[in-house]
Amino acid sequence: MAVVVIAIVTQRNLFAVVVLSGAYSFLMATVLFALDAIDVAMTEASVGAGISTVLLLAALHLCGADEAKRFQHPGPPLVTAVIIGGLLVYGTFGLPAFSDPEAPIHRHVVPRYVNDAMRETGVPNVVTAVLASYRGYDTLGETTVVFTAGVGVLALLRRRRKRTDDKGAPR
Amino acid sequence: MKHYLVLRVIAKLLIPFMLLFALYVQFHGDYGPGGGFQAGVIVAATIIFYAVIFGLPTARRVVPETVLETMMAAGVLIYAGVGVAGLLLGGNYLDYFVLDHDPVHGQERGIFWVEAGVAITVSGVMLKIFYMFAGRRRRDPGE
Repeated sequence: MAVVVIAIVTQRNLFAVVVLSGAYSFLMATVLFALDAIDVAMTEASVGAGISTVLLLAALHLCGADEAKRFQHPGPPLVTAVIIGGLLVYGTFGLPAFSDPEAPIHRHVVPRYVNDAMRETGVPNVVTAVLASYRGYDTLGETTVVFTAGVGVLALLRRRRKRTDDKGAPR
Repeated sequence: MKHYLVLRVIAKLLIPFMLLFALYVQFHGDYGPGGGFQAGVIVAATIIFYAVIFGLPTARRVVPETVLETMMAAGVLIYAGVGVAGLLLGGNYLDYFVLDHDPVHGQERGIFWVEAGVAITVSGVMLKIFYMFAGRRRRDPGE
């Protein structure tokens, strides 16, 4: 994955960048699969590697495949990135160790989900039970976000197309 | 892409199985990995595949844009409607226990409809965005 990231950063051709980020998504899906998060791995493979690659390629078709120009002053962004990255790494020291059974996340609501989801909802897949039942409001919000994104694209792109259609007509 | 016979034949062979897999992911999401979001994305990917091979106008004939726009809103409405149904049957909003005599069956029914709503909205939005992107013509470089 690190190799792919370095390739993405150094690559100037945006077409190659899109293909590489698709490859990165597949690698990420493999990692998630190894972590037993099959639902997330599936989403990553289909959305990250599939749909978003296609959409980015479609966008490239519209705006050309070469990066506009090299960035002139890499100093300030580099400093910002290093500081933010350092803060984030510092923050991870405060997190509980990986797969620590005493971590707060495993003691709050997870025991109820894992132990009672089957009895309370009759759905063997705990992920689905949490997503659709216990966290129903959140999923409703997510669906609304997806809907809003679609409406936003619709509002932006459809008006443009109409404007090119009746060329010269006053608006 | 009109001349690539191999691609067209393979696409015709594969697309039914891709749609079938999407349905499996949708309805088997209770037991294995998967659910509405993934199934919706797979459906959208199948239609995008079809559009890439057979051209956008053909895909537009198979899945018209008005259908997609209806799907986008219908999915959210189904999801919210499940919540309202819970209210009408005497529970809280998005309370599935009241949807059937047995609370557990009510849960299953609620989750089924909620997942259906998610799948419909997601596939509609993904396809719509693809149509909007692919339907635009390229700008002139000199512009």
